[in-house]
Amino acid sequence: MADAEDQVIVGLEVHCQLDTKSKLFCGCDTDYRSDGPNTHVCPICLGLPGAMPSLNKKAIEYAMRVAKALNCTVIHESEFSRKNYFYPDLDKAYQITQYDKPLAEGGYLEIESDEGGERKIRLTRIHVEEDPGRLVHMGNVERGKYSLVDYNRAGIPLIEIVSEPDMRSPKEARKFLNKLRATLEYLSVFDSEKEGSLRVDANISIKGNERVEVKNITSYKGVEKALLFEVTRQKNLIRRGQRIERETRHYLEARGVTQSARSKEMENDYRYFPEPDLRPLRVKSWVEGIVLPELPDARRERFIAEYGCSLNHARTLTGELKLANFFEKVVASDPKGLSPLAATWIADTLIGELNYRDMDLDPVDPESFTELVRVLKAGTITDKSGVDVLRVMLDQRLKNETRETPAGIVARLNLAKTDGDTGAITAAIEEAINENLKALEDYRAGKGGALNFLVGQVMKKTRGKADPAELNRMLTDALKKREA
Amino acid sequence: MAERSILFEPDDKYNAFLRVCNKPSYTEGKLAGVAVAVKDNISTRGIETTCASRILKGYVPPYDARAVELLRNAGAAIAGKTNMDEFGMGTTTENSAFGPTLNPCDTGRVPGGSSGGSAAAIAGGMVQMALGTDTGGSIRCPAAFCGIVGLKPSYGRVSRYGLIAYANSLEQIGPMGKSVSDVSTLMEVIAGHDRHDSTTHDRPYTHTPHADIKGLKIGIPQEYFGEGVDPAVADVVKKAIGRLEELGTTTVPCNIPSMKYALAAYYVTCTCEASSNLARFDGVRYGPAADTKRSWHEAYQEVRSAAFGTEVRRRIMLGTFALSSGYYGKYYAKAQVTRENIKADFNRIFKDVDVIAGPTMPTIAFKMKEKSDPLSMYLADILTVPANLAGIPAISVPCGKSEGMPVGLQIMGRMFEDERIVDVAYAYEQAVN
Amino acid sequence: MVTEKDVQHIAELADVGVSSEELGTFTHQFNEILEYFDLLDTVKGDAAATRDLYNIMREDEVEPSLPQEEVLRNAPAQEDGFIKAPRVM
Repeated sequence: MADAEDQVIVGLEVHCQLDTKSKLFCGCDTDYRSDGPNTHVCPICLGLPGAMPSLNKKAIEYAMRVAKALNCTVIHESEFSRKNYFYPDLDKAYQITQYDKPLAEGGYLEIESDEGGERKIRLTRIHVEEDPGRLVHMGNVERGKYSLVDYNRAGIPLIEIVSEPDMRSPKEARKFLNKLRATLEYLSVFDSEKEGSLRVDANISIKGNERVEVKNITSYKGVEKALLFEVTRQKNLIRRGQRIERETRHYLEARGVTQSARSKEMENDYRYFPEPDLRPLRVKSWVEGIVLPELPDARRERFIAEYGCSLNHARTLTGELKLANFFEKVVASDPKGLSPLAATWIADTLIGELNYRDMDLDPVDPESFTELVRVLKAGTITDKSGVDVLRVMLDQRLKNETRETPAGIVARLNLAKTDGDTGAITAAIEEAINENLKALEDYRAGKGGALNFLVGQVMKKTRGKADPAELNRMLTDALKKREA
Repeated sequence: MAERSILFEPDDKYNAFLRVCNKPSYTEGKLAGVAVAVKDNISTRGIETTCASRILKGYVPPYDARAVELLRNAGAAIAGKTNMDEFGMGTTTENSAFGPTLNPCDTGRVPGGSSGGSAAAIAGGMVQMALGTDTGGSIRCPAAFCGIVGLKPSYGRVSRYGLIAYANSLEQIGPMGKSVSDVSTLMEVIAGHDRHDSTTHDRPYTHTPHADIKGLKIGIPQEYFGEGVDPAVADVVKKAIGRLEELGTTTVPCNIPSMKYALAAYYVTCTCEASSNLARFDGVRYGPAADTKRSWHEAYQEVRSAAFGTEVRRRIMLGTFALSSGYYGKYYAKAQVTRENIKADFNRIFKDVDVIAGPTMPTIAFKMKEKSDPLSMYLADILTVPANLAGIPAISVPCGKSEGMPVGLQIMGRMFEDERIVDVAYAYEQAVN
Repeated sequence: MVTEKDVQHIAELADVGVSSEELGTFTHQFNEILEYFDLLDTVKGDAAATRDLYNIMREDEVEPSLPQEEVLRNAPAQEDGFIKAPRVM
C-alpha cells in the first residue's frame, strides 16, 4: 500500500440504465438505439406543456432488487423531487430524481482488494431518476455552432448508486465498477452492452487535500484511466507545493485527460422540491417478496466447489454473466471431464484472444468451443495447435466467413499430433542433436537450458505437432542413449 | 359515430376568446352539440394553446387534455379557447399578452381572473358552459365578478393531464356555467380517475342537484367577514345566508385561525412550483425561437425576457428565490406546514358543520387598471386560496348585487363532497329564481 | 432585504432577463412581498405533508410514441430529425 501521506480516496456515483420495456414516466419504447432521432418520444418525455409523469412500476421493482442484492435498507417512505437546471438536453428544465427521500440507503458491495482478499465498499444510497436527452454538438464542444437534440433517451429509467469514499486506488474503482456491473446483470435489470448504459462520476482526493469531482466518465476502462490521470495530476500539484482546488472536472475520453469545468456550472443551485405530480412510495414491504437469483459471489464459490476451478479462474469466469453462462454451457455435457481444461481455455486463452480482436463473446457458440476442448482433451493436438485452431475459429466469426468445426480446422491445417508417427520425431531428434552438438555438450555439463533449446529445435522441425510432454520424454531418452 | 358540426360565430365584444372555432364538430352524447369554451391553458389537439402568453404563440398541442377528451367523448363542440391571465397568474384577466377581457356586466371593470375569458363568454351569452381552472380562486373569482356559477372541484377529482401547469399541488380544472345544473352536468362529464394523472382519485361524479337541504349545518367563518371585506359585499352575502336558513339550514359561527398565514403560504407554494413549471419554455421545442448561435443561458434569457409578461417573470423570480439554497426551510417547507394546519382547521370545523359559507371575493369587480401594485392584487385572493391549500371543493354562485355588480356566495365542503356544495348552491339558486 | 444584486442573481438563475430600468421596481416589490412572506416565520408546528395516495404506478407496457413529424412540428428549428438548440459550453 502507498504510504499514508499519499493515500488515494475514491468514491463513485454510478448511473445505470434500467432495462425496462417502457420509459420511467411514459409508455415510449426504450429500445431506441437503432432508430432515428426523436422517434421514441411522446408529450411526456418531450416535456410538452401539460403532460404529466406516470411512474413505471417495473423500474421501482428493478431498483428494489438491486437494493436487496446490495444489502441496502429500503426507506419506509420515499419520494421523487425535481432538480431544476437549464440545459438543452433537459426537456422540462428539471430532472425528476430522488433527493432527500431516496428509495434505499446503506448497503455494501464486496470487491477483491489490491492486497488480495475481499473488501467491503460501503454504499450511501440508491435512487431512481430519469435520463435526459442526448446532445449532438455541431463542430467541437468548445466551439460548436449549435446543438442538436435527440429526446429518444429522455426518460429512460436510471438507477444511481452512490458509494462511500471507500476505494483506495483507481484499480479498486475499476473492480468496484466491474463487480457492480456483474451484479446488475445477474439481477437481469441492466444490459451493459447497450451504448451509454452506464455513466460514472467519481470523487477523488489525496488524503488531507480537497476533493475533486470528475464527471462524464462513460466507460468501464475510462474510470481507471480518468482516476489515474487525476492521481498523477493531484500528486504533482502537491509535490510542487500547490493547493488542490475543490472543483468539478470533466473527463475527456478521447484525450484521456480531465479538464476543469467552468466555474459557472459550479454555482448550480438545483432548487430541489418534491415532485407535485407524483405520489410518495411506500414499498419497503416488497423487499421480503423479492427472490434474488444466484449472484456473482455465490456463483464464484459454486464454480470452485462444483467444477474445481481455481479462485482466479472462478473470479474471472463469474465476473461477467455471459462468460459464466458460456462456461457452464461448454462443460454441460461432461462437467467432470471438461471443466479443468475449459476453465483454463476460457479464462486464460479465449478472453485474451477476444480482447486482442476487440471482439465480443456472442458470436462464439459454446458447442464449437466444447468440441475444441474435447479435441484438446483427447490429446490429438498440442496446446499450441489448439491456440491456432481457436484463432482460426475467431477470425472466421469476426469476418463472417464460413465456420469450420475445430476438427475440420485440425484436418485442413494438418495439425494432428505426430505422436502416432514416432519415426518422424525420432528422426527430427537425431537431426537436431547432430546439428547442435554444442547443446549436447551443455546438456552433459548439466546446463538446464540445453534441453529446452533442443525441444525448441525439434518442435520447429515437426511444425509444432509433437506433443511437448512426449517429446520431452523421447529427447531425454535420446540424450541419455548418447551419454551411454 | 356520425360527426356533425355547429356554427359558432359569437359577437365577442369582451375579448373573451383568444381563438374561436367557427364550425366545431360534435358527436352523440350527454353534451351533443353543446358549444363549450375551453380556457387557453388546457391543451386541445390541433387547436393553438397559448396560456395567453407570447411564449406559446403558435404552439399546437398534438394531444388533448383528459378533460377535453372527455368533453369530446360526451359530444361537446369545442367552441374556442378563452382569454386568461398569462399562465393563470392574475385576478383580473388584464395580464393577458393578447389584451384584457372586459366584464360583460360593466365593460369598465375586469371580469376577474384568471378564467376571465370563460366567465365573460358565459356571462356575455356566447356559450352556456366553459372549462376554467382554479389555482387560488381563478374559477370562483371571475364567476363571482361576472355573475355566473363556477366550481373548483376537490383536488384529485378531475384529471389535470393536459392542463399547462402553473401550481400543480393547488390547481384543478373545473366547470363554469350559467346555472348550477350546467355546472353539475359539466362536472359529471370531466370528473373521474385518470391513469395519466397520478393525483386523481377514483371518485366519479354522477349527481343530479337536489334543492332539499333541510337540516344542513353551515359554518360561517368569522375571517370571511372581517377586515378587508367590503361591508356592502358582506351584507349581500349575509342576506344570502339568511335565505339558506329559511330553507331549513342552521348556521354556526366558526374560526379558521391558520387563515392569517394562508395567503403567504399560497403565494410561496404557487411561485415555487411555477418557477419550475415555467422553466421549460425556452424556445427550443415550441414557442418563439431561441437564438441557436448563442450559448444556452444567453439564448434562454433573451427569449424568456421578451416573451414572458412582467407578472409571470415576477412570480418565476419569487419562486426561484424562495427555493434557492438556504431558503427552502424558511419558505416552501413552512408553506407546506401551513397547508397542513389549514387542513386541520377545516377538518375540525367540518366535524360540526356540513359546509362552510362566505363571500367568494372581498369586493365587487375592480375597475380596469385599478390594481397596479402586485401585493394589493395578491390580497384580493384571501377568501379563495384556503380551499386550494386544503384541496377541498368550493363553488361560487351569484347571490345578489352591490353597486349594480354581481356578488358571489362561496360554499366550501368536505373533501370529495362536491355533490353537497352543488346541492346547497342549487337550493339557493332555485330559491331566489 | 434583497438587493438589486440579489435580484440580478435570481434573474440569472431563472434565466429571465431583467433590464436595468426594471431592476429597481422588482427589488422594491420583492422586498414588500418577501416581508409579507416573513409571516410564515411564526407558523407553528412541523406537520409533514399528508398524502392520501401512495404507490401510484403503472405497468411496464409500451405505448405508441408520437410520429417524428408531430414531435418536430412545434420546434422552431430542426435539422435531420434533431431539434436545434443553442450551443453549450
